[in-house]
Amino acid sequence: MLKLINVTKTFNVNTFNATKALKNVDLEVKNNDFITIIGGNGAGKSTLLNSIAGVFDLTCGDIILSDKNITDMPEYKRANFIGRVFQDPLMGTSPEMTIEENLSMALNKDTNLSLKWAVNKKKRGRIKEHLSEINLGLENRLDTKVKFLSGGQRQALTLLMATIIEPEILLLDEHTAALDPATAIKINELTQKIISNHKITTLMITHNMKDALNFGNRLLMMNHGKLIFDVQGQTKENMTINHLLEIFQKKHKQGFYNDRAILSLA
Amino acid sequence: MHLGFLVTSLEQGLIYGIMAIGVYITFRILDFADLTVDGSITLGAAVSAKMIITGYNPFLTLIVATFAGGIAGTITGFLNTKLNIAPLLSGILTMTSLYSINLRIMGRPNIPLISNETIFDLFNIPYNLSSYNELILILLVVLVVLITLILFLKTKLGFALRATGDNPVMVRSMAINTKSIKMIGLIIANSFVALSGSLIGQYQGFADISMGIGTIIAGLASVIIGEVIIGRDSFYFIIPGIIIGSVLYRGSISFALMSGFAASDLKLLTALIVILFLSTPRIKSYLGGKINVEAD
Ligand SMILES: Nc1ncnc2c1ncn2[C@@H]1O[C@H](COP(=O)(O)OP(=O)(O)OP(=O)(O)O)[C@@H](O)[C@H]1O
Ligand SMILES: [Mg+2]
Repeated sequence: MLKLINVTKTFNVNTFNATKALKNVDLEVKNNDFITIIGGNGAGKSTLLNSIAGVFDLTCGDIILSDKNITDMPEYKRANFIGRVFQDPLMGTSPEMTIEENLSMALNKDTNLSLKWAVNKKKRGRIKEHLSEINLGLENRLDTKVKFLSGGQRQALTLLMATIIEPEILLLDEHTAALDPATAIKINELTQKIISNHKITTLMITHNMKDALNFGNRLLMMNHGKLIFDVQGQTKENMTINHLLEIFQKKHKQGFYNDRAILSLA
Repeated sequence: MHLGFLVTSLEQGLIYGIMAIGVYITFRILDFADLTVDGSITLGAAVSAKMIITGYNPFLTLIVATFAGGIAGTITGFLNTKLNIAPLLSGILTMTSLYSINLRIMGRPNIPLISNETIFDLFNIPYNLSSYNELILILLVVLVVLITLILFLKTKLGFALRATGDNPVMVRSMAINTKSIKMIGLIIANSFVALSGSLIGQYQGFADISMGIGTIIAGLASVIIGEVIIGRDSFYFIIPGIIIGSVLYRGSISFALMSGFAASDLKLLTALIVILFLSTPRIKSYLGGKINVEAD
């Protein structure tokens, strides 16, 4: 359903600082795939999700979603069918607005530019219902400004906002990394629940190898802007952290030697 | 005499309060430091004055002036969102252009309205209230502005406007084009400012090409006073609070004049008030971190 063809992203093209964050990435995501993505710092994981979300123009390559080429579609339009949760709990909500006001914007996703009331009785009911499903007691705090919520509560809210109108694709970028371990587990469980209940196709970046193995049906490993490992189904089920580390070290070294080879050629 | 002074300050404060609300929309809600204001307030006065001496109905000129302000906002929005010119510079460019445009509209630097009927001559309340004629008319306009704005901010579009200044990333992830929202905010804000200008021109009985200088600072001063009094937590109260801020600001200006300052000192005094407020740490922390007028 989602296809990345030869996707390349170089930041600061034609400057001394040019960074090749993605190099000719090909990826085909199937309907209902729940993909976890791992890789070292600067491997290009966030850049991969940002490319899909349309945060910037690609250097080259195409992105096809449900047979539509969305390569040139602006970020805000893609948001109609892409849900996102960021690492920073401050990114996904409007802190000066209340819980209800934030959620109403998510419910109004496709009609947000109209002059109708943003909240009405019916909507308030729906908002309460959705909030009680995440079991944080937020349904009784509709008029609390989001800036007064904890990081975990905000991430739960952002997750709800990203999925309340079911997206075709959900992009999670280390969305539990800024939380304490106990809260991270809670948010992970909530994520799992929402994704499996609604069968949302998901790409999730994580630095936690255990999570990467436990969650989802498919795992990608990235290094130096490339997908270096792709495993799914039963093979993934059978993998252990040691396998992952082994593969990572092997590929990493290969990359290293390749780099050296290129250098010595020059 | 004393009561007269109070009523005049009140009336001026109310009229300028509409401008201050425009400033609040851009600076606070939209987080866009829009300097168009100095030009669009004069634009409002210029359009109304020119129309009035041409013979149009003064009330009609209010509407046309408001509309003209919206166009000024559109231009600033265009410069910023389509040509990617920084917010400050976009506003300054429009403001500078408006100086020439306002002169064109008026045909000369000053249009006196003493021998023409304004809205204040047309609006007549019978009985013993007639001495408060002007005040009541001004109150009515302010009330309409307040109610319209508060209702607007409760719509979906109003929510989008509030969120855009707060967290544009979130707004885009809600499938909203933040550029359009900025444009809409600038249009609304400058419409209010020009409406205020139109009222000022008719109230004081003339439009003058330099009447807009320092407007932005006066607007900010009113916003800040309003926020200190009302607090920033009660969103729907802060909007009437700014009107109160504006009234208090005009009151203190009148007071300064009475205590012997020259009219030409007022801009300096206002700037000092704003500097004082922005640099006082206690008040600053009270206002929170959203004051983008200060350098980081
Ligand atoms: N906006 C940007 N401008 C310039 N360079 C960037 C930008 N965003 C990312 N990069 C660079 O691109 C490379 C990939 O970054 P990316 O954020 O995708 O890594 P990541 O895999 O998400 O790393 P982490 O695990 O640390 O989040 C890095 O070298 C980074 O410095
Ligand atoms: Mg990252």
